[in-house]
Parts: sequence; C-alpha cells; structure tokens
Amino acid sequence: MRTGPRKREAMAYFTVVIEGTGETYRSPEQRTVLEGMAALGRKEIPVGCRGGGCGVCKIEVLAGSYRKRVMSRAHVSEDDEAAHRVLACRVWPTSDLRLKVLGKMGKKVGAGDTAPASDGC
Amino acid sequence: MALTGVLRPGHVQMRVLDLEESIKFYGDVVGLVETGRDTQGRVYFKTWDERDHNSFIIRQAETAGLDFYAFKVDSKASLDKFDADLRAYGLKTERIAAGELLETGERVRFQIPTGHLIELYAEKTDVGNGLSYLNPEAWTAQAERGIAPIRMDHILLYGPDIEAAQKIFEEVLGFYLVEHVELEENKSDLAIWLSCSTKAHDLAFVRHPEPGKLHHVAFQLESWEKVLRAADIMAMNKVNIDIGPTRHGITRGTTIYAFDPSGNRIETFCGGYASYPDWQPIKWTMDEVGRGIFYHDRKLNDTFLTVVT
Ligand code: FES
Repeated sequence: MRTGPRKREAMAYFTVVIEGTGETYRSPEQRTVLEGMAALGRKEIPVGCRGGGCGVCKIEVLAGSYRKRVMSRAHVSEDDEAAHRVLACRVWPTSDLRLKVLGKMGKKVGAGDTAPASDGC
Repeated sequence: MALTGVLRPGHVQMRVLDLEESIKFYGDVVGLVETGRDTQGRVYFKTWDERDHNSFIIRQAETAGLDFYAFKVDSKASLDKFDADLRAYGLKTERIAAGELLETGERVRFQIPTGHLIELYAEKTDVGNGLSYLNPEAWTAQAERGIAPIRMDHILLYGPDIEAAQKIFEEVLGFYLVEHVELEENKSDLAIWLSCSTKAHDLAFVRHPEPGKLHHVAFQLESWEKVLRAADIMAMNKVNIDIGPTRHGITRGTTIYAFDPSGNRIETFCGGYASYPDWQPIKWTMDEVGRGIFYHDRKLNDTFLTVVT
C-alpha cells in the first residue's frame, strides 16, 4: 500500500523578548519558556527546580499568550496569576511573548538568619 | 541491643502540586512501591527493601515542600520518655493517634526552631520486603524497577537557628555531630550533619533565612554504578537533574540531586562512611565549602543555597 509523502510536522517557534535587557530568543511551543531559554544556554531567567515549586523563575508576561500548569501558591497568588505574574517553568508560549524577569537567585553564601528572604518574588 | 532510642528516619510526608503525575514519578521512575491510599487522599510508598509499611507519603497541595519528617524509636516506653524529655526541655509536643497515618502507631510531633515539624513513633506494621524471613533470596523483581532505592535515608532541611535544632537532637534525642561547615570561627555553622546511628548522616541542616524549607529527601542506592543507572533513568524520563552524578566531600557519598515534578529536590546517592558517636566531628571551612559539597566541581552550583521548596 502506498502512502503519500510524509508531511513534515511543523514545529512552531515563538519569539520571547525580555523587557529591560531587550534580549530575545526563539522558543518552541512544546518547551516551557524557561526550558526554551535554558536549552540555548541562556541565563536571563533564573533556573531552579523547573517544577513550579521554588519560585526563582518568576516572570511577568507583558504581552502575548501562553498555556500554563499548576504552580505553587507560595510563589504565585491568585492575583499574581490573573495579572500574568507566573513561573517560567510552568508556562508554554502560544504566541510571541514579551516578559519581565521578577525572580532572583537569592542570597550569597553564608547570609545569616537575619538576611532578607531569598525569595525574589 | 546496642542501637537504642531513636533508631532511624522512618517516614516523610511531602506536598506535591499534581498527585497523579507524582504517583507516576515516584512509582515508575523512582521505583518506590505503593502500599496504600487513605481517606485524606494521601498516597503511601516504601522502597522495595524496606520492611515497614511506608516511608514516603505524598499529598496534593497548593504548595510544594515538606509536611513533616519522622524517626522510628525502639519502643513505646522510649516514645513516652522522649515526649516527656522534649516537654521538660521546653518544647510543645502533640500526640497524634495511632492509625491517623496508615499502619502507623501513635506519633509525637513537635516543631523545632528551624520551623520544621518532626515526629517520633514506635510502631509501624511490618509488611516485609517480599523476601522470606526464613532462608531468603537476595532480591526481588522490584529491586530492578525504576531507580529502586534501598531505603529513604536522610533529609536536608533549611531554616534559621540551626544551633538550637542541633542542641535538641543532641541533648534530648541522642544524635551526634558528624561533620559541619563553619561559618564564623568557633561561633556559628553554615551547615551540620547529624547521626543517630552509624550512618554518616540521618539528618542535616543548612542555615537559611526562611523557616521550614526542604532542600532534599535522600534515597540510598547500592553502588556508584546504580547511581549512574539512576542518571540514565532520569535522562530517559526527562527528569530535571540539579547536579550529578558527582561526589560529596562531606560524608563522601556519591550523588545525584534531581527534582520531582513539583520541584521538590530528591537525592539518589550511595556510600558515605560509617561513623561512630565517639568520633571527632570533621570541620570544613567556608573557603573549602565548594569541595565539601561537590567534591569534583569544587564549587557550589547556583541552586544549592537558594532553590528550596
Ligand atoms: S524553576 Fe522553580 S518554580 Fe520555576
């Protein structure tokens, strides 16, 4: 039985622009915004647990659309989520995106008990 | 019996963001054996070789992290004694009825100054490891399913005032210091490794401003080769690896740190030396902390001090 020529699966890429630095990268739709960046060896958004639990990868999506999965409420409140302040490891682009990095990698080695919380969110 | 009082880490309860995804991860990838579910929706696991009913419990929640960590003690008399001693020391304790956790006896729960909930219990049903108590074989098919650790081995907790926590474990519960990273000379530590047995650690702490944080729960493997096999299984299953396979200078264990689907860190490790309570603790200084934590890279990675749940 003959089958027609195989159609190549079109892989959609979207452009992610990081506000402030103006850095951009191309991210495929099946990767999270964080994975898309990390796969290119880039470091604009802090990379932590990659499971929506630690909060270091928090971003604010200023323009564009995305899919998302459950994220820790310790780092993303309902208000945050409604205002598109989300975790980059739990969102997948469905259009080009413009975003701001909110998360921080936290404290230096040996910061004491009284140092401010490391949670950059 | 030479090993008395607190015997070993017994169970840990963790919060996950998506229960089904986590059941698959801990069951199929880590290779834990599911042993029960309760009316609260909690799912119970043990490693293939553990004999008591459960050691690792997960529940779905809005945040990731640790609910509580528990140690098994040698008898109900010890449980009562530790409860009284903890109260005499000035801590509040709470009794949780037998059966609240499946196949587990009464628990004594208390909060330590780092913000974590610790439990003691004396009884958990022996369901066996699938091998006979009479003339057994060496292992079962479960021993090759997924990463298949031998036991839930220890935990690393992050929080403030680790000295106060250390004092409770040493003075009330009979733990001893095995290694430490000194932060300020003869004044304070960045991190401490404590043992209640002859393991290099049953419990560890790192100083951290936020209370009650989890760095990792560790599962023991049999060999360095099994650690490498664990890394392969993680790669095949797209598990997010934090670092490794590598070695710790502290405890000398070989290790991988990886994240579960909710971002909780787990460790699959092998080795670590046997230690004894009469041994002098090993001290590490801050200028060598990188080698202490990650022996080959000789520096901390970005996530070690900051990424916790
Ligand atoms: S990296 Fe931890 S929440 Fe995204």
